[in-house]
Amino acid sequence: MTGHRNSIIFWGGVAVFLVAVLTMTQIVRNEYPFFAGYVILQFIALAVAWSILGGYAGYVNFGTNAFFGVGVYTAVALFKATGAPLVVQIAAAAVVGMTLGFGVGLLTLRMRGIFFSIATIALAIIIETFVMNWRFVGGAAGIQIQRPPVMAPFDSYVKMLFFVQAILAVTAISIARYIQNSKVGRGLQALRDDELAAECTGVPTLKLKLIACMISGALISAAGAPAAMYLQYADPFSAFNLTYSVSALAMALIGGTAHWIGPVLGAILLGSTQQFLAVTISSEVNVLVLGIMLVLFVVGAPKGIIGLLRPRYRLRAGGKP
Amino acid sequence: MFSIDLLLGAVVLGVLLGCFYAAVSVGLSVSFGLLDVPHVAHPAFLVLASYGVYQLNESYDIDPLLAGLAITPLFFLFGLLAYRTYHETFEKRGSDAAVRGIAFFFGIAFIIEVLIILQFGVDQRSVTATYIGKSWRFGEMRIPIRQLVAFAVALTLTALLAVYLSKTFMGRAIRAVAQDEEALRLMGANPVRIKQYAFGIATAVLGIAGALLIIVAPVEPTLDRAYIGRTFCVVVMAGLGSISGTLIAAIILGVAESIVLTLFGASWAPAISFAMLLGVLAVRPQGLLGR
Amino acid sequence: MTTPAATEAPLLQVGAITKTFGGFTALDNISVDIRQGERFGLIGPNGSGKTTLINCISGALRPQAGSVIFRGEDITLLPPHLRARRGIARSFQIPRPFKSMTVLENLMVGLDFAATGSRQPEEEAAMSILTRMGLAAKADAPSNTLSQVELRKMELARAMAVRPKLLISDEAMAGLSSSEVDEVLDLLISLGEEDITIIMIEHIMQAVMRFSERVMCLDAGKIIALGAPDEVMANKRVQEAYLGT
Repeated sequence: MTGHRNSIIFWGGVAVFLVAVLTMTQIVRNEYPFFAGYVILQFIALAVAWSILGGYAGYVNFGTNAFFGVGVYTAVALFKATGAPLVVQIAAAAVVGMTLGFGVGLLTLRMRGIFFSIATIALAIIIETFVMNWRFVGGAAGIQIQRPPVMAPFDSYVKMLFFVQAILAVTAISIARYIQNSKVGRGLQALRDDELAAECTGVPTLKLKLIACMISGALISAAGAPAAMYLQYADPFSAFNLTYSVSALAMALIGGTAHWIGPVLGAILLGSTQQFLAVTISSEVNVLVLGIMLVLFVVGAPKGIIGLLRPRYRLRAGGKP
Repeated sequence: MFSIDLLLGAVVLGVLLGCFYAAVSVGLSVSFGLLDVPHVAHPAFLVLASYGVYQLNESYDIDPLLAGLAITPLFFLFGLLAYRTYHETFEKRGSDAAVRGIAFFFGIAFIIEVLIILQFGVDQRSVTATYIGKSWRFGEMRIPIRQLVAFAVALTLTALLAVYLSKTFMGRAIRAVAQDEEALRLMGANPVRIKQYAFGIATAVLGIAGALLIIVAPVEPTLDRAYIGRTFCVVVMAGLGSISGTLIAAIILGVAESIVLTLFGASWAPAISFAMLLGVLAVRPQGLLGR
Repeated sequence: MTTPAATEAPLLQVGAITKTFGGFTALDNISVDIRQGERFGLIGPNGSGKTTLINCISGALRPQAGSVIFRGEDITLLPPHLRARRGIARSFQIPRPFKSMTVLENLMVGLDFAATGSRQPEEEAAMSILTRMGLAAKADAPSNTLSQVELRKMELARAMAVRPKLLISDEAMAGLSSSEVDEVLDLLISLGEEDITIIMIEHIMQAVMRFSERVMCLDAGKIIALGAPDEVMANKRVQEAYLGT
């Protein structure tokens, strides 16, 4: 019963949020809030998507940047080749991200823990190297993107991107929430705790890991797809920047990965702090803050913000009562 | 374009490069290979050492190798501190340690990177010494003396560490703690202290390795990212914890990189170590040279 | 395979299994049939291959040669989760709880993924298993707060949640006090009475004697004795293997 009521509250919240976002794009004149808001929404999507694999399944993916960059360059290549509209670019990025996720999922067959993490870094660098040598999309020098005309009801492209990213973030959250409450979520939690015990209790671990990798990958790539349009530019170094990996991981762990709300909180907190610091001090300092917060939280608050807010989780972490 | 001479030159340079890679990886071979700590920040400490050497060389005109030696005690302390923190917060508590331990070192690496940027900026830095900038000729081949110096020092360093681990009492204790912690505890030794000490040694070695890094080529703050691939590639390929294996694996990597560089150009070089690493992890996670 | 005698065929047929690790032979050509409803004891000194054998049966390891046939079906190549769904459940020598979950949630994993054809609501089913195991009071306790004996019981309860036809208990009594040993043993015996076939690995001889209808003793990867408990205990080679020569 409470599950049903929760669903009504959740979807009501989603509807209110999207309507509010849309209304905001129609009323607010100044473009800056949309520029900043886009980045925060993007981080929400990344952190939530990351935690499907990293949080639920316990496989620490350092290759968020690989998926992000693949999303960016799928969109760029498609746009340059066919002039495909943004929706198609995003869909294509999701498909490519899902395929890459399948590949990463197969890696989990042979490796876990630090080996898996290192392998995902390796994947990111290898893909980046290929893109750097890919002339069609500008190689290492990067490529300028000419935005197409904006579609009604929006009066600026950035506002439209803001709305699109809001939908992507909400999609990521809805999927993460669905997984968390489903059998798949319980299976992932079991295999995170103990893969062999999970297998012997009937959990199809490989299948679940593949599902988690593919969904996580598709969502990250989709969130990255509009980035080229947002910046009107793409180059391999920024698209495959390791900062995306650290950010996604840090926001998820700082928020807490036991519940989908954790990464959302982490992304809002860190994303807005970063936006503020980047404007007031420097972009280096905001990356520093990210690193320090990450270290402080993994050392001092293993369950993240939601662990601090909900004493039940603290009790769990505390050992024998 | 392709010739035997060219290939031979690539192999020779590759061997020199490989020995240098052994020197920068050998610490990780102890901390990750033997002690099982997911030390992703190892390359970040390496680059930090290079900047320490740069600072001493720039301000006081100290020879980079001496500067590297001078900062080893400091790095030893860094190592003690890093392991102590890792042990207290992750190893001891056990639960969920894997995920958070990796994230911890990842965070540390990032902090080091940004601190370097804040202090030194993003530009490349290099050191000066009498042996930098000259080269020897062997017929058609030109070998920069900085490469030879790095080669000689790297080989010495790796050999010294190998001897230390196999011949001294403490070295044997470190190997023992990697194999059977419980047995050591029963013999009255404190495994945590031994591990902490070993981690200190592994980090101290980075003082010299960092000097070699900046002698071989200029450094920049994000250079550690490329070395995540190289060092882990070498250590995993070597079979975790084997010092002689580290040397062989490093030479294999050095030669492979050097040949690819010669045949396909520099833009493909960064992917070599990672591709090899991925291949090794996928096919033989126990390492090419291990068991 | 369509003969009416299928029910009398052995539940589990282990056929000439060999498992080596590098140069070390952990199991050397082991063949044994386990009958439906049997209480089967598996003994042997440390390193004799007991756990390797049940790893091959439960699917955690794949033997180099030989076959595992369960209810007439060759399952040698199946991954563990498919064996669990066919009714093979196990506990572990060193307990492996899902430590971020409560006791009840631990059981829900098995009910969610392996138990088939039960019409009972899951939580009710989990509670009734816990009640049987004497763990009902701990249902909502985080599994990382349990005592040793509770952990052992929870592992058996989780295995029961798989709705097994064959339950393999790997030293479920190790490290327990003698009254706790009796408690767990009584549980296992009562499970055996509901037509669950049980393989029990155990070092505690009184427990093996009291529990088993048949006992098999392994030494260095070979079967050195197989038969009624007192026969096996009286066997000279078994005594040598245990006492050393």
